[in-house]
Amino acid sequence: MTLKNFAVTFVLGSMALVTVGATSMRAQSHVNSVDPSLGAPSVATEESHIDGLTGHAEAGKRLYRRYCIGCHGPDGNGEGMNAQWTDPKPRDFTEATFKCRSTPTGTLPTDDDLYNAITRGFVTTNMPSWRPLTPQERANLVAFVKTWSPRWAKEKPGTPLTIPPETPITIESILRGRQTFQRLECWKCHGPQGHGDGPSAATLTDDKGNPIRPYDFSSGSRFMCGTTNQDLYRIFMTGLDGSPMPSFADVVKPDEAWDLVHFLRTLQPLKTQEASLWQTYKAAHGADIKPIGPDAATGAQ
Amino acid sequence: MRTKYFLALTIAVLMGGGMLLFANPPAGSGSISGKITYTGTPPKMKPIDMSKEPTCAKQHTTPVLTENVATGPGNALQWVVVYISAGDQESSAPSQAERYDQKGCQYIPHVLPMVATQELQIYNDDQTSHNIHPLAKVNSEWNKSQPPGSPPIDTKWEKPEFIPVKCNIHPWMHGYFVVLKTTHYAVSGPDGSFEIKGLPPGKYTVSAWQEQYGTQTQDVTISGSENKPANFTFKVLPY
Repeated sequence: MTLKNFAVTFVLGSMALVTVGATSMRAQSHVNSVDPSLGAPSVATEESHIDGLTGHAEAGKRLYRRYCIGCHGPDGNGEGMNAQWTDPKPRDFTEATFKCRSTPTGTLPTDDDLYNAITRGFVTTNMPSWRPLTPQERANLVAFVKTWSPRWAKEKPGTPLTIPPETPITIESILRGRQTFQRLECWKCHGPQGHGDGPSAATLTDDKGNPIRPYDFSSGSRFMCGTTNQDLYRIFMTGLDGSPMPSFADVVKPDEAWDLVHFLRTLQPLKTQEASLWQTYKAAHGADIKPIGPDAATGAQ
Repeated sequence: MRTKYFLALTIAVLMGGGMLLFANPPAGSGSISGKITYTGTPPKMKPIDMSKEPTCAKQHTTPVLTENVATGPGNALQWVVVYISAGDQESSAPSQAERYDQKGCQYIPHVLPMVATQELQIYNDDQTSHNIHPLAKVNSEWNKSQPPGSPPIDTKWEKPEFIPVKCNIHPWMHGYFVVLKTTHYAVSGPDGSFEIKGLPPGKYTVSAWQEQYGTQTQDVTISGSENKPANFTFKVLPY
């Protein structure tokens, strides 16, 4: 009788143990399906493809645990140990919402976009450049980052924005860009002089409700998503998803966008062609230039 | 020749009718109606300061109040979405688009229910730029600028979700897209009343959703063309 009871308990107990063990193993690693001993993973979302490089999630996971986990956290939700000390907060990969994309607002970025973000870092944040890692390692990280959200298995990245050749940098282009800056009310957040101090600036929050600052052009720093005129064009056309910066792709034509790029360059304390053209114009027409802001109802000139 | 023509016509009409029947289940004549009320002390809705946006401020003679807990006489609770959450037959989204307006720096209506994959048109009727920023989690979040005079934004949501909508330029602007699976829904009015019409006979679960106080459910059985009552009461807190 007792022996029988013991046997039943033993059998049930070991079954329970096996189940618990299996569950915890699954919980430990959400990319357990990628087993290097089984050859290359067949699921496309566990790979990345960047310029002839193929990144692998399993290899990326090891790198993530070494380099990224401190901020982005063991669950990829941006709640790592260091997150409380950083501002803006680390990206939450489980939402698959990314600021720097070449693709339209609301769509997934391309592998190249993620690779470039890891390579470049985000200049106004705690995210450094990861150039010290090899290109293959960065590609592996891209593959791993894509395992955090089921969106990568269900959706394809958006079609990258086409950027037409840059129009000539002229004072006319700069002045048209200045009107666009007034008309689209960029100054509401970025401020009339681009100092990031517009009337709405103090109230801005990201999609998690954390305060966030608009870009201050007078800081002279690089932009969040690059340094070139093309990068600047791409930033306001695609928008920075997850932040208050919207996409202007539907409301700005390519020529207008280049004009705006040329004007935005004059707000930076850099020795650019745009800045010198604007300085010359300002010296000659200073009195005629209407200020940007709420008082310039019909557009500054 | 003529008989052939008539035969073809009859077949065409029959097929057309058949397709209509398949596209949407037969509309019933049952209905569920009731009133949404609250118990407790509701939070005071704050007047919105629109002085930073004069073109909007001048559209309002009395201060606009926040709308997250909109109450009326008799403890009525407005902007509660009541919908069939279980027991409804599969139905396709209506072909008519839903319209959402940004007017006087407010979202009109404050809560807009719609069916997944139904077309949605977003208008900017103001003389100022808005950025429309639906903070979707199940669907994908996007954020678009809409300066004055821009054409409406045509969009749709693929999956059911309660999506908060905000404008980052005007932080007081706050609303909801309520994306549902069912075509049977209603929103409570200023007097708290609602009516869900066109229900075929069946056993239903009715859900009532309020943006701050969550969801409540009731089971209701409809047989024939009767009207069944369903009232919901939300416990509210003054803070």
